Amino acid sequence: MQGNVIPKSGEYRGAVPNMADYEAERASFTWEKARQALDGLPKGGGLNIAHEAVVRHASGPRRDHVAIRCIGRHGERLEVTYGELDERSSRFANVLSALGVQPGERVFALMPRTVDLFVAAMGTLKHRSVLCPLFAAFGPEPICQRMELGGGRALITTPTLYRHKVAGIRDRLPELRHVLLVGESASSGAGPDGTLDLDGLLGEADADYEIGATDPEDMALLHFTSGTTGKPKGAVHVHDAVVSHYATGRIALDLHADDVFWCTADPGWVTGTSYGIISPLVHGVTAIVDEGDFDAQRWYETLEREAVTVWYTAPTALRMLMQAGASMAKEHDLSRLRFIASVGEPLNPEVVVWGQEALGLPIHDNWWQTETGGIMVANYACMDIRPGSMGRPLPGIEATVLVRDENDAVEVGADGVVVEAGVGQEGELALRPGWPSMFRGYLGNPERYRSSFVGGWYLSGDLVRRDEDGYFWFVGRGDDVIKSAGHLIGPFEVESAMMEHPAVAEAAVIGKPDPLLGEVVKAFVTLHAGYEGNEELRLDLIGFARTRLGAAVAPREIAFDQHLPHTSSGKIMRRLLKARELGLPEGDTSTLEVRP
Amino acid sequence: MTNDEALQLMRSVLAKVAPEADLGEVAAGESLQEALDLDSFDFLTFVIGLAEGTGIEIPDRDFAKLATVEGCVAYLTSAH
Repeated sequence: MQGNVIPKSGEYRGAVPNMADYEAERASFTWEKARQALDGLPKGGGLNIAHEAVVRHASGPRRDHVAIRCIGRHGERLEVTYGELDERSSRFANVLSALGVQPGERVFALMPRTVDLFVAAMGTLKHRSVLCPLFAAFGPEPICQRMELGGGRALITTPTLYRHKVAGIRDRLPELRHVLLVGESASSGAGPDGTLDLDGLLGEADADYEIGATDPEDMALLHFTSGTTGKPKGAVHVHDAVVSHYATGRIALDLHADDVFWCTADPGWVTGTSYGIISPLVHGVTAIVDEGDFDAQRWYETLEREAVTVWYTAPTALRMLMQAGASMAKEHDLSRLRFIASVGEPLNPEVVVWGQEALGLPIHDNWWQTETGGIMVANYACMDIRPGSMGRPLPGIEATVLVRDENDAVEVGADGVVVEAGVGQEGELALRPGWPSMFRGYLGNPERYRSSFVGGWYLSGDLVRRDEDGYFWFVGRGDDVIKSAGHLIGPFEVESAMMEHPAVAEAAVIGKPDPLLGEVVKAFVTLHAGYEGNEELRLDLIGFARTRLGAAVAPREIAFDQHLPHTSSGKIMRRLLKARELGLPEGDTSTLEVRP
Repeated sequence: MTNDEALQLMRSVLAKVAPEADLGEVAAGESLQEALDLDSFDFLTFVIGLAEGTGIEIPDRDFAKLATVEGCVAYLTSAH
């Protein structure tokens, strides 16, 4: 597997990498030194993400530099400079203040990818409230559950999203005091009852806002992620995370001051916040934001027209581009591109190689997750690529592989010591805690947080192995969580929604391998007596799930199965269903009990 | 293919991709993806369904032309 190597010759297109030598940087890097690249609040007032991302540029020579160039759905372009973003986000912070929203309280954003989202994000952080972006493709149920768990005090959204997804669940959210509508024709007349017109409020608000003292350990961001069981988990991140956002932008994305950077992820997922919003702004570069959905032609036109230099995207998108053919890529002048990175799920070696042929550049896969807040393992501009590998740990990050026991738990000796796997041996990817963007807890669930650490390591849940040169290779998930189009989906959340349908007695949900999405969500359902598993019911169930969960989470496939496999304690054996789906040996089924 | 046939085909393809979606609620020039909450993969499946239903080969570069109801109708009725 390690036969193919894409060597780095030392000659680079456009700019010399920030990190010239991996080993040397690793030896000299400290988080303390990384922190010195940031300003900190004046008068020793601490560290605030919005100050580093906006205020310091707006009060310096980059004031008139374009911070965001937003491409609307219909191709219209809107530019906002650092100075303008500073002013607008200050107005937003003043709006929150006037409404009585307190520092530390959660402000949710359910927004399309527009300038308004950046304004809300930076304004919320200036006010020291906690930003929690939600994916606009979620259905009402995932939105409701996350807002409930997060105790959302304010919500920023559009009139359409409010009507479709929030109005119907509003009475289940007693802690939600303020709904601010923005965009579309929000300001053309009175909005629905219980909502406020954000544009009107921004227009009346003061354009100056002084950020209050911010402890680097103050909560700044809340990102929800999914586990195998139970409700979604709200990973808490603090203002100090900006040190990681800056350092990883410099090292793993190779951001330079004059870059035009396009991160294609939606801010409803952690990548779209850490690298779609914060990292490029902290570096003072121009960030491209596309409100529109994926379209191969549109994406190539965007790369060419906007002269994108650094591009951070996802395997599903790259595979869809690959499917559209290299000839489409070659019709566009992509010569300004200097560095391409990908995250979300392992990038197949063919795609890495395709990048070189079609785009003229290899694609640099990297690995991280919601809990880590920033890139942890990566392929770098200066380092040879082994296609299919996620690369090597960032300077400042200590990663290892821990041996798992027969119960799929990390093996812990009687002395509490864990066992590190040898070269080539499979185990769980683990990280030594202490980097700035590490999550500080799961909101309201300290027990689950504690159980993420064993023997002084944070357990990622991903199975990997490490080769003799320290490159990490993804093997699979260590649990039942599904990864579709780079997004984590908790099977329990989907099963719960399916079981609300009157025909469904029980549901088991797995990820089925898919050439484009990595995995698609597939549900096996047992029907109540009197229902027949026919095509009509199948479509009804799919529509039912999509209405509640949204397209990104709902199953795309449904199979009727009146005999789902259970353990003797009554738990559904998702892994057995998956093994059957893959045609694999079913493994140890000694605890299997098939109920009549 | 007539306008009505094109709409009928769109409805039947959509019923498989997104059974909950109601084409009647979408304005002629509105983005299908936005109005019906279709993600990129849904849209791709929808376009493939249209191609299979008509026998027309729809290249990736034409996908943007199919973004709206009126766009789909124009494309499908003018093909061949």
